[in-house]
Amino acid sequence: MHIVVCVKQVPDTKIIKMNPKTNTMDRSSAPAIMNPYDVYAVEEAVRIKEKYGGTISVLSMGPPPAVSTLKKCVEMGADDTYLISDRRFAGADTLATSYALAEALKKISSEKGEIDLVITGKQTIDGDTGQVGPGIARRLDIPPLTFVQKIKEIDLGNRKISVHRKREDGYEVVESELPCLLAVESGINEPRYAPLPNMIKAARHEPVVWSVDDLEDIDITKLGLKGSPTIVGKVWAPPKSEGAEMIEGSTDEVVARIVDLVMERKELFQDKEVQPS
Amino acid sequence: MDEKFDVIVVGAGPAGTACAYELAKAGLKVIMFERGEYPGSKNVMGGVLYRKQMEEIIPEFWKEAPLERPVVEQRFWMMDEESMVTMGYKGLEWAKEPYNNFTVLRAKFDQWFAQKAVEQGALLINETVVEACIVEDNRVVGVRTDRPDGDVYADVVVLADGVNSLLAKQLGFHKEWRPDEVALAVMEVLKLPSEKIEDRFNLEPDQGCTIEMFGDVTKGILGTAFLYTNKESVNIGVGTTLSGLMKAKIRPYDLLEYVKNHPMVKPLLEGNESQEYAAHLIPEGGYNSIPKIVGNGVVVVGDAAHLVNAIHREGSNMAMASGRMAAETIITAREVNDFSENMLDSYRVRLMDSFVGQDLKKYKDTTHTFEHHPQYFKEYIPMLNRAAGQMFTVDGTPKKQKQKEILRSMTENRGKLGVLQDLYRAWKVMK
Ligand SMILES: Cc1cc2nc3c(=O)[nH]c(=O)nc-3n(C[C@H](O)[C@H](O)[C@@H](O)COP(=O)(O)OP(=O)(O)OC[C@H]3O[C@@H](n4cnc5c(N)ncnc54)[C@H](O)[C@@H]3O)c2cc1C
Ligand SMILES: Cc1cc2nc3c(=O)[nH]c(=O)nc-3n(C[C@H](O)[C@H](O)[C@H](O)COP(=O)(O)OP(=O)(O)OC[C@H]3O[C@@H](n4cnc5c(N)ncnc54)[C@H](O)[C@@H]3O)c2cc1C
Repeated sequence: MHIVVCVKQVPDTKIIKMNPKTNTMDRSSAPAIMNPYDVYAVEEAVRIKEKYGGTISVLSMGPPPAVSTLKKCVEMGADDTYLISDRRFAGADTLATSYALAEALKKISSEKGEIDLVITGKQTIDGDTGQVGPGIARRLDIPPLTFVQKIKEIDLGNRKISVHRKREDGYEVVESELPCLLAVESGINEPRYAPLPNMIKAARHEPVVWSVDDLEDIDITKLGLKGSPTIVGKVWAPPKSEGAEMIEGSTDEVVARIVDLVMERKELFQDKEVQPS
Repeated sequence: MDEKFDVIVVGAGPAGTACAYELAKAGLKVIMFERGEYPGSKNVMGGVLYRKQMEEIIPEFWKEAPLERPVVEQRFWMMDEESMVTMGYKGLEWAKEPYNNFTVLRAKFDQWFAQKAVEQGALLINETVVEACIVEDNRVVGVRTDRPDGDVYADVVVLADGVNSLLAKQLGFHKEWRPDEVALAVMEVLKLPSEKIEDRFNLEPDQGCTIEMFGDVTKGILGTAFLYTNKESVNIGVGTTLSGLMKAKIRPYDLLEYVKNHPMVKPLLEGNESQEYAAHLIPEGGYNSIPKIVGNGVVVVGDAAHLVNAIHREGSNMAMASGRMAAETIITAREVNDFSENMLDSYRVRLMDSFVGQDLKKYKDTTHTFEHHPQYFKEYIPMLNRAAGQMFTVDGTPKKQKQKEILRSMTENRGKLGVLQDLYRAWKVMK
């Protein structure tokens, strides 16, 4: 079974600063990390491999420092990693990103072996669109299964997979043929603490790096800024929410203050059923 | 895990990295463990990196290492509450190659240095804690990490795990350090624009200075405070013996606030933005506190071996030198395939014969003496300030009479003989 996971390196948006003049992210103000949702995608691939056997490839599009994210994937249990990196990929929207990734997936498939399963994260923490996964699936003409919160079973003989898709009111059980693409939810697993042999393997690991020229038959006009019809109209930082009151003091003082506050705002704690009948 | 290494290095600070670098360069199969997210991520020091010991490992490192400023001036401030007597040296030969020493930020520097060891062929494993040495038949044969399947074996284990060295303690090489053997230092990195730094400290761009402060800044506790210039920040900190802090019942961060608000210091820091705060122990017991540092299949280097010269705030250089000497010994040991304590002991001998052992021996009684005779910090520095203040105040008193009064006030408390004794004692431990 050949599983390919797509991962993106993103700035840690928990600490990133916004440039107040241009309203864009100051990427140098935050360290680059693996998109947190993609960690679950890699872990899920490792679990599938442990259960059903096979090999795991990881693919990323990004600048050269993304190598460190790919090495993290090897720590978690990936076998091979691929980075497509080229100035001509820069400025891609989800359309251009999923085109480039789909082209790279075709090359991986022809070089390493047919792909049975593509796994992506639910979304990224910097772009937040959640469109890249389905975009890849459409281009490879395979079924996209989004919101996957559990893999129920894989039937390699009949080349079928069934999964639980998250819904607001529960989940639905969906069966699909292989190959297909899964966009997995963060609750799907608990990522492991990497074992030492993998750490050593990762320290020695060198990802395969491809530029645009390494991807034969690629249509350059569909890449990067040129291939991106999306125009981001305006970005702004959300207004800071009203400051909360920090209650300080001894336990007794704090309790007294809380009681006062609750009494002052009784209406907040009244339920609808208290309405006069 | 089945794979075996020639050497395991625990800790990617200056000591461990220097050792791993030399071993890998000589072709040995080295694995280095660092518990931080990356080397230096949690490491701190005042920030003076000495050229000599670094250059012995990487010649002309200043051409590529992430350094802050070459130090062209070293100032010493003897401070009272509202005055100070100063001394210093500024030399522009220090602004030119090969320089004298540099200020550095360890988070950047350690990462760079470790990368150099990786380029030599060392394997660096971050975010991994070594929990214990694996001992078989009275020999250290490997280490146990906190990771699944986390045992790894080697001919020699180098403990470069810093001042607390839990691993050397587990082996019974040393006990918990006594409060008078360690200093507790707290420091802060304060962001300031480079032009402000250059104006306030009278520097050109690409020049830096260091200020060591004694006296009132430690409220009379044995120790020093420091203020060093980086490119776009300054490092300010204060370190005092743990025993002194405990006796004086002062919290270390309160002491740092006191230093930052001292009238001689405050204007230099005006308008800063705090970037980082850290607290760390410094092994300052000196020569008498050096523990057992060699065993079967194991050597201890750097702070873990208690190699710090507190008088000259040298630690990182001793760490590097010890790492390098340990590597040389291991390389020789490998030629004869003998990793016994007996064989590895030539590291200790080499170390003690070098400047490391000799300097620590020279000052072996210094801190002890100052700790037991607080008058040096508590009385003489204020006295010196009063003397200078009186001498330079023009108030119509003849200078001769001033001198007499100064001498009288100096001997008032301890008597002439007492002062002479103090001077002799200080000279003896520093000579
Ligand atoms: C503020 C902002 C707004 C934007 N708005 C839009 C918009 O409205 N429309 C638009 O088309 N683009 C938009 N973009 C650009 C777009 O988000 C990214 O540039 C695009 O490359 C990836 O989309 P994403 O980050 O939203 O990924 P998502 O679609 O959220 O990512 C889903 C999954 O796809 C995989 N993946 C995503 N990127 C990569 C990659 N580079 N390499 C490997 N795997 C990857 C990961 O598994 C990830 O978990 C915006 C960018 C920003 C910063
Ligand atoms: C405030 C302050 C100011 C100083 N100023 C100066 C100065 O100006 N000049 C100077 O030369 N020296 C100075 N020193 C001393 C200097 O910092 C030390 O002597 C030097 O860092 C010692 O290097 P080391 O490699 O032995 O230890 P460290 O630098 O402490 O490195 C030990 C490393 O081991 C890692 N580690 C520890 N335990 C484990 C484990 N179990 N598993 C994996 N990894 C582990 C740690 O994360 C760390 O990276 C100062 C110290 C302090 C605290």
